[in-house]
Amino acid sequence: MATIEIRDLRLSFGALDVLKQLNLDIAEGEFIVLLGPSGCGKSTLLNCIAGLLDVSDGQIHIGGRNVTWEEPKDRGIGMVFQSYALYPQMSVRGNLSFGLKNQRLPKAEIEQRIARAAKVLQIEPLLDRRPAALSGGQRQRVAIGRALVRDVDVFLFDEPLSNLDAKLRSELRVEIKRLHQQLENTMVYVTHDQIEALTLADRIAVMRGGVIQQLADPATIYNKPTNLFVAGFIGSPSMSFLDGHITSAGGAPAFRTGDLTVPLAGYDGAVPAADGRAVILGVRPEHVTIGPDGAGGLPATVDIDEPMGSDSLVWMQFAGQTLSARTAPGHGLAAGQQVGLGFDPTRASLFDRDSEQRF
Amino acid sequence: MANPQILASTVVGADAVAGRLDGPTGPRPRRALSRRNVILYGTLIVIALYYLLPLYVMVVTSLKGMPEIRLGNIFSPPVEVTFQPWVKAWSEACTGLNCDGLSRGFWNSVRILIPSVVLSIAIASVNGYALANWRFKGADVFFTILIIGAFIPYQVMIYPIVILLREIGLYGSLTGLVIVHSIFGMPILTLLFRNYFTSVPEELFKAARVDGAGFWGIYFRIMLPMSLPIFVVAIILQVTGIWNDFLFGVVYTRPDVYPMTVQLNNIVNSVQGVKEYNVNMAATILTGLVPLVVYFFSGKLFVRGIAAGAVKG
Repeated sequence: MATIEIRDLRLSFGALDVLKQLNLDIAEGEFIVLLGPSGCGKSTLLNCIAGLLDVSDGQIHIGGRNVTWEEPKDRGIGMVFQSYALYPQMSVRGNLSFGLKNQRLPKAEIEQRIARAAKVLQIEPLLDRRPAALSGGQRQRVAIGRALVRDVDVFLFDEPLSNLDAKLRSELRVEIKRLHQQLENTMVYVTHDQIEALTLADRIAVMRGGVIQQLADPATIYNKPTNLFVAGFIGSPSMSFLDGHITSAGGAPAFRTGDLTVPLAGYDGAVPAADGRAVILGVRPEHVTIGPDGAGGLPATVDIDEPMGSDSLVWMQFAGQTLSARTAPGHGLAAGQQVGLGFDPTRASLFDRDSEQRF
Repeated sequence: MANPQILASTVVGADAVAGRLDGPTGPRPRRALSRRNVILYGTLIVIALYYLLPLYVMVVTSLKGMPEIRLGNIFSPPVEVTFQPWVKAWSEACTGLNCDGLSRGFWNSVRILIPSVVLSIAIASVNGYALANWRFKGADVFFTILIIGAFIPYQVMIYPIVILLREIGLYGSLTGLVIVHSIFGMPILTLLFRNYFTSVPEELFKAARVDGAGFWGIYFRIMLPMSLPIFVVAIILQVTGIWNDFLFGVVYTRPDVYPMTVQLNNIVNSVQGVKEYNVNMAATILTGLVPLVVYFFSGKLFVRGIAAGAVKG
């Protein structure tokens, strides 16, 4: 078990700052997911932790030891790559034992560790095959096994499931979660897939432009995104954003867009004073209720219906802006139909339009 | 889709061909003598003949006696097959003071070839590996200089190298020539290996580093076993290049260690006595045999290696 502490980490390639003054504390046995769009620096950060990239400034501590200048092999880490990165000319057994032979461990110890890892990952029948003779899922198991046999405290995953098809991905996702529960290692997992992030993580670090935007548990990230970027990035189908400003409706603060007013009573956060400040209201599709027209709801027009099996996504025109709502399938709504919408202000998010921060 | 005619014919044809619709079925028939094939294969055959005819003339001439050659029918097969010219070319032809034929040159060439090929490929592959995977400061500058080296005409460097070799006492020796060949092979071979190693996924290299392998560990245990095709290409390039070299051989060695090509020239271009065309032909074929054999036995690997290494920048 080991903690990871990253202090003021900076990495530049020439004039380009990929990571800027990055600080991150990872607790013992924690599963941290680094999430962000491509080019946000999440893989770079992982490579820095692994020691595969030299940092420009700052420190990295693993298990209380300053490893900033250490070689990857001396950092007590195991790493799993997106492309599996199995040595093609070696058998599975050879792949698993390569690192151990480099450590000059005794033969019996190597055998024992391979046997244990193979048992955990259920790749025992594959040990004498070459990587070319394995399927994608099997290859990734072997790649995980290669990290496993090293008997390290920290596992680093670099988009390990991105090369797999959807079905295998969800299977292996569960396996990785089970593995974490079983081993209780510290794990750092890089992905651009928010489902992986939300399902696996103890805490998620959402990154953009080399900066961590929000570091919190999945529920907080989902329900209280700290800024507009996180709100838009997390959630599928994504959050709808409505432009408007703050007004006062009968003494209580309210959100006004066009000629419609949405009450904000019970909003979870500090609503700014009713000074007409420009704001953006973010509403998740599942928090919008659709009722019949004229039944006290806010008027909207149905645009497009997207049935998705378990539920249905309805796109609507609301005060000249686009809004989506998640509803049960078979709702019988047709394009052009007038409906009345209901918002739950306790579950909405309000952002300042200039700073894009959540109130 | 719902063409009424097809529907109608389906009903009729259903009995006859068990449910198949009218029209083409299975693979499209191809005519062997289509215009495309005739032009394609015709061109190939003509070009093949164009290249093979000189070889044919050489072989038949080398198997004739001098009286028969004097008749002038260079395309006619030998009436009386004789291997005497081959024997003479290999072990009796005179160049300068030595009269032991091409065999001397052959063994000289072998003694030049093997160390040159091994040395140049060993160094260039490590160069390429370092340039591709261990990016050091100034790597790009180093690489650019190396590539420019490939474009400098050899003639410019001949005399400076003569002086250099003289100063270190290797001028005229086989060792000197081996060094020259190794150096001149460096730019193109390094480029070849660098491009090949660049195409190896970077994650493989990273995984090996996490697994604790160092510079040589990764080179010998990961990279080398993966790069057989590019080594074959390098070997072919070097074997044919060095074997066929004439310029460096004649400049940097002395007559008793002349490579085979230089000796061949001396036999064929000797101005004394009768021109023995049959011996000359036999000597030429003997000299060209080594590259020919290399090409024959490595054809497929050669193509694979070229495709894998040389294309990607």
